[in-house]
Amino acid sequence: MQDLGGAFGEALRLIVQLDRDLLEIVGLSLRVSLSAVALAALIGLPLGAVVAICRFPGKAIVVATLNTFMGLPPVVVGLVVYLMLSRAGPLGELGLLYTPSAMIVAQTVLVTPIVAALARQTVEDMRSEYWEQLHAFGVGTGGMVATLLWEARLSLVTVLLAGFGRAVAEVGAVIIVGGNINHVTRVMTTAIALETSKGALDLALGLGIVLLALVLGVNGLASGLRGMVARHGHA
Amino acid sequence: MAMPEAAIAASAVPGSLPPAAEVVLPIAGRGLVVRRGGRTLIDGIDIAFDGHGLTVVLGANGAGKSLLLRLLAGLVAPDGGTVTWGGTPPQRRHAPFVGFVFQRPVMLRRTALGNVRYALKAAGVPRSMRDAIAHRALGDAGLGDLAGWPARLLSGGEQQRVALARALASSPRALLLDEPTSNLDPASTLAIENLVLAARKAGTRIVLVTHDLGQARRLADEIVFLHAGRVLERAPAQHFLDGPSSGQAQAFLEGRIVL
Ligand SMILES: Nc1ncnc2c1ncn2[C@@H]1O[C@H](COP(=O)(O)OP(=O)(O)O)[C@@H](O)[C@H]1O
Ligand SMILES: [Mg+2]
Repeated sequence: MQDLGGAFGEALRLIVQLDRDLLEIVGLSLRVSLSAVALAALIGLPLGAVVAICRFPGKAIVVATLNTFMGLPPVVVGLVVYLMLSRAGPLGELGLLYTPSAMIVAQTVLVTPIVAALARQTVEDMRSEYWEQLHAFGVGTGGMVATLLWEARLSLVTVLLAGFGRAVAEVGAVIIVGGNINHVTRVMTTAIALETSKGALDLALGLGIVLLALVLGVNGLASGLRGMVARHGHA
Repeated sequence: MAMPEAAIAASAVPGSLPPAAEVVLPIAGRGLVVRRGGRTLIDGIDIAFDGHGLTVVLGANGAGKSLLLRLLAGLVAPDGGTVTWGGTPPQRRHAPFVGFVFQRPVMLRRTALGNVRYALKAAGVPRSMRDAIAHRALGDAGLGDLAGWPARLLSGGEQQRVALARALASSPRALLLDEPTSNLDPASTLAIENLVLAARKAGTRIVLVTHDLGQARRLADEIVFLHAGRVLERAPAQHFLDGPSSGQAQAFLEGRIVL
C-alpha cells in the first residue's frame, strides 16, 4: 500500500495535469447525473406544482408518499431498475443494462421524488399568496402551474442543485445497473470504491477531491441562492 | 382564453368599454351565507350591483366586507346562496371583465410592465397588442417611468398603482377593490382615488370596501353598510352620511365601537 502523503501528491498531480482517465470518469459522472436531474426536473417540477396547486381527495396521502420517497435507498432503486432492465425484466428488450442510459434511469428514479417533494413544498408556500389574484385574472390550473413554477424559479434552482448533489454522490444505484465497467460505465463514486479496494489510492483520492469540491460547490451555491431569496424575496 | 373581437378592439382604446363585457352585470349575490368554525360570518346577504357608479362598502373590522367582496368575485364559495354575473355563475372566461384589487398588492416577479402584460395575456388579448395597452395603462397611472422596474422592488404605493393599472388594463366592466389604500400614505391614496374616479367616469361599475369615512365621502355615489355579516343599510352616499337609519351605522359614523 502506498504511503498516504505520496498518494495525495499523486492525486493532486492527476488533477492538475488533467489526467485522461480521471477526466473521462468525471465527465461521465457529470453527464449521467446532469441528465438524470434534467429528466427529474421535467417530471418532478410540474408534478410537484400540480400537487401543490390542486385540491383533490387523497392529496395528503400523495404528499406523504412523495416525502417518503425522498429517502429511497440508492441500492434499492438500483435493484428495482436492475430487475426492470435485466434480460428477463419487462424492459429487457431495450438492452440498457450496464450502459450509461441505465445509470441515468436509476438516478432519475432516485432524484425525481426529491425534486417533486421540494417543488411541492415551494409552490404550496406561494399558492396562498397568488391563488386568488391569478383566479381573478381568469388563469386556470395549467396557467397557475406554469406561473408559480416561474415565480418560484430561484428556489427551484436550489431544489435541482440538491437533486444533483444527491445523484452525483450516490454509489449504490449506479454500481448495480452500470456495473462499473472501465471506459463505459465507471463514474466517480464507483471508481473510488473500486480503486480503494484495489489499493490504488492516488486515483481514488484524486476523484474524491473532485467529488468533494463539486458537492461542496453545489451546496455553497444552493445556500447562497437561498440567502438571496430570503433577502430579496427574489424580486 | 378566447376574447370576443369586439372586446379586443375596445381594449386598445382605454376608456371605452367592450360591449361583450356587459355580460358580467349585474354582479349579484342571493341568500349568501358563510359559516366557519361555528360562526356565521355572512348571514343571509342579498345584493346586486348593476349599471354605473361607485358603491362604497362600509363597516367595522370583521363585519364581513372582504368576505362579501371575495364571494362576489367568485373567489370563495358560499355555504349557502348563489353568486351570479349577468345571471349565470361566474365563468373563468369572464374573469377579466371583473377586476379585483386586494388590500395587499400581489406583484408577480416581473417588471411592472410584465405584470400588466401577464394580466392582458390571461384576458386573451393578442400578444401584438399587449405592449401598447400595458404601456398606456401604466402611463395613465403615472407609472410610465417605472415600467421597466421589478414590480416587487417598487414602494407599497407604487405597487398598488401597478395592481390597479393591471386590473384596469383589460377594460373590466366592474372593479372590486378591498381597502386598496389602507396601507398607503396620503399621496399614494390620492393617486389611487383619482384612478378609481377616472375609471368610474369611464363607466366602470365600482365597488370599494373601506373603513375610511373620509374616503367614503370623497368617492361614494352610494353606501352599503355591513354589520356582523348583514347588510344593514344601502342608501345614496349623502343620505347615509347625513343621517343613517340604523343605530349601528350611527355609532360607526360617530367613531364609537359597535359590537
Ligand atoms: N377563511 C376564514 N376562516 C375563518 N374565519 C374567517 C375567514 N375569513 C374571514 N373570517 C372571519 O370572518 C369575519 C369577517 O372577515 P372579513 O370579511 O375579513 O372582515 P372585514 O373585511 O369586514 O374586516 C372576521 O371575523 C374574520 O376573522
Ligand atoms: Mg377586510
